[in-house]
Amino acid sequence: MAPVYKLSTSRLSSRTSYSSMLAGNAAFLPTDFESIATVTVGSGGTSTITFSSIPSTYAHLQIRGILRASRNDAADGIIIQYNGDTASNYSSHYVRGSGSSVGAGSGANQSSMPIQDAMVGQTGGANMFGTVIIDILDYANTNKYKTQRSLGGNDRNGAGYIDFSSGNWRNTNAITSIDIKALYGTGFAQHSHIALYGIKAGA
Amino acid sequence: MAVTYEPIATTTLANSTTAEVTFSSIPATYTDLVLVIAGKQQVATTVKLVFNGDTGTNYSYTRMNGNGSSTASERYSNQNNLPIAYGGTERYSIVTPIMNYSNTNAYKTLLSRSNPATTFTMAYVGLWRSTSAINSIKITTDNLSQTYFSSGSMLTLYGISAA
Repeated sequence: MAPVYKLSTSRLSSRTSYSSMLAGNAAFLPTDFESIATVTVGSGGTSTITFSSIPSTYAHLQIRGILRASRNDAADGIIIQYNGDTASNYSSHYVRGSGSSVGAGSGANQSSMPIQDAMVGQTGGANMFGTVIIDILDYANTNKYKTQRSLGGNDRNGAGYIDFSSGNWRNTNAITSIDIKALYGTGFAQHSHIALYGIKAGA
Repeated sequence: MAVTYEPIATTTLANSTTAEVTFSSIPATYTDLVLVIAGKQQVATTVKLVFNGDTGTNYSYTRMNGNGSSTASERYSNQNNLPIAYGGTERYSIVTPIMNYSNTNAYKTLLSRSNPATTFTMAYVGLWRSTSAINSIKITTDNLSQTYFSSGSMLTLYGISAA
């Protein structure tokens, strides 16, 4: 093909020749799984992790993180609230393996959706973090109440839990913000890292 | 928009004589890794990981499973590798997110969901007590002298990048 020229901003006679239509630019690679926002907790910790101004342009959301609690205990869980709603519009279920048995529980008319065991606490072992992956489906659909599911837990070399959970928010509004807080303690410790992703649907 | 979720390496086994697969030279440029195995084995046994060649007793895990009639949960500490599934002689699937694999402030934690459909559905949380970035992953089975991944088994490693 004939060369492609990139003109100089200073004078027309100065130009760079390329054999590709990209003219030295990186190729645009469309992706269906996009990073929206990330929080890394700094020294001193934080009480709440908030993802706000979430665009409604995706089909689903996913949250992925490693979490350590500021709680002076071996472990902690997290709670999720959407759009700042703290009324009793949430419900949840979980199945939980303790290392010796499997238990289950649920809650109705809650002020948040809890996820057990997603964090290691201050006495749980140095450098250890809990982890969780949360899927929030059809989060912008105004004809549906919103549902989420998660897989998470922590292993502390002699203690820990593995968890499945599901939750429901009885509201048809599109989710535009997500607050994440500690279930029992005061917040998140340094180096906790949590990221929000958007997943697109097909055309 | 940069690609956020992309394959790093894939291996599809052409025969039934492979007992271990290693993904090496893993770049530290992603946030999480996801190991996906569509597998089958010559002998049903555990599928295990070894990170960075570390065979010290630095691994532990907690798991639960259901077999169609009952549930169970078990924990193993101070292991010299990290099981992520029970691999069967019929086709099975394993999806294993390895979280913040290059974060040198944290021991490494993974989650694993696996479905040897004729026996169990399982979930694992595992720990590798090292702050080193993971740069290689060896996937192996319980008994190398008898247990091979079957022909057609596909193992793929993905990288996920946060903003």
